[in-house]
Amino acid sequence: MATLHPAASEVDSRQPQDAAIQVRDLHKSFGHLEVLKGVSLTAQKGDVVAIIGGSGSGKSTFLRCINFLETPSSGQIIVGGEQIEMRPDGTPRNRRQIERIRTRLGMVFQAFNLWTHRTLLENVIEVPVHVLKIPRADAIARAMTLLERVGLADKADTFPSFLSGGQQQRAAIARALAVDPSVMLFDEPTSALDPELVGEVLTVIRTLAAEGRTMLLVTHEMKFAKEVATHVIYLFEGRIEEQGPPDTLFGNPQSARLKQFLQTVG
Amino acid sequence: MIHWRDLMQPHRIVLMLLFAALVLWCAISLRWDWIPQYAPLALEGLWRTVWILVVTTVLGFMLAIPLGLAQAVGPWYLSIPARTFCTVIRGTPLLLQIWLLYYGLGSLFPQIPWIRSSELWPYLRQAWPYAVLALTLSYAGYEGEIMRGAFASVNKGQLEAASAFGMPRLTRFRRIWLPQAIRNVLPTLGGETILQLKATPLVATITVVEIYAVSSRVRSDTFIVYEPLLLLAISYMSIAGLITLAFRQIEKRVPR
Repeated sequence: MATLHPAASEVDSRQPQDAAIQVRDLHKSFGHLEVLKGVSLTAQKGDVVAIIGGSGSGKSTFLRCINFLETPSSGQIIVGGEQIEMRPDGTPRNRRQIERIRTRLGMVFQAFNLWTHRTLLENVIEVPVHVLKIPRADAIARAMTLLERVGLADKADTFPSFLSGGQQQRAAIARALAVDPSVMLFDEPTSALDPELVGEVLTVIRTLAAEGRTMLLVTHEMKFAKEVATHVIYLFEGRIEEQGPPDTLFGNPQSARLKQFLQTVG
Repeated sequence: MIHWRDLMQPHRIVLMLLFAALVLWCAISLRWDWIPQYAPLALEGLWRTVWILVVTTVLGFMLAIPLGLAQAVGPWYLSIPARTFCTVIRGTPLLLQIWLLYYGLGSLFPQIPWIRSSELWPYLRQAWPYAVLALTLSYAGYEGEIMRGAFASVNKGQLEAASAFGMPRLTRFRRIWLPQAIRNVLPTLGGETILQLKATPLVATITVVEIYAVSSRVRSDTFIVYEPLLLLAISYMSIAGLITLAFRQIEKRVPR
């Protein structure tokens, strides 16, 4: 057991019962390789939690465990007060529950993963119409508002492959917003983008943060994390090495590893 | 797109004139007087070729989807039979398959009383059900193999996105996985359908009178050899052209 820095073991004073997302003691192994060694996190409504860490620190795996894209090995995941039922080996007990909870979590991927055989509008209405069974006309009206918001209303009938990475990622954000998620999960949303396209995506995410959307954000953009996050978690080799408000974490890092990490990426 | 200006070049004009001369020569100096007499039969044969092609490719493709899926992601007790089926179909001549079904099954059925007395017997006495079955299984065998690759090659991220938004597995298959797999193999599918068209004359060997059988009939009745074959070639080329155009239109509607 590694000695945790005091900042990491700090008791979370916020009330857990109205948390948007609560993760307790999450473990994940791939074969013999233990990627997550007991990670806990509580995000209240309106929190923007930035998860940072080096390559291989487990930050993406952690995010993907929350909506069971990866099956955790053990731990507890509670979304909006509803605990995901897991078997002892971590596999979900109830597929329907997972599917229902997933519709409340809007995920944005590093590689956008827009459905390339559908236009932007079709991408955005796909889940509302075919999973949530919202009337098509309503879904289209809402989708157009969302595309307008991310500045892509004029591209509604375009296929994703005709768009730049930045445009695709903005469309992917609109798609995630279309289910009106209680929590947005961002998995390195700007890592696959050309440097000049990063800004437009961050601008969209920034407006979401400003309107009080709950978000978990795995990112390499330290400046951005510092700016929008309400809480920052630094993962190192599958454990939380240090966490706290961004000003403290970036301004006055305690752990030697975090100091070194910030020097390397800064 | 071909532009008028591109066509108006000396070497192209010469080629076009040569082609026109050839057509003119065919029209004038070959014998076409048999056409009026055989036209109704030829149209019937053409129709039969077309519907056999359409029915067997549609049914065959519907069969190819589970065959491909079983091989791509199925458990061993589904994937092994599927792979065996595709291997056997692709490894034996279509002519042999048609004959085995027609002369094999076709001569077995009359010996079974309950089949003879069934509602289906009037159809099973005819040749075309065996032709349709054989061509369907053949198309399914080839396309099953192609769909295996198509299902396996769909970008995992696309499927992951569907899962991440809570799409149930069946919806995900119907809305994302299958359409993407089909789109990826559309160009191949067009070619395979033309191959299927060119396989249809084989059913003439089991007395199904499609367009090729009509041309044989003309030859044996009138001893005119080349003219019916020429017209036959043009018929097949026209259908193949229509298939190519149709697939090109579909491909254009959904870019990769």
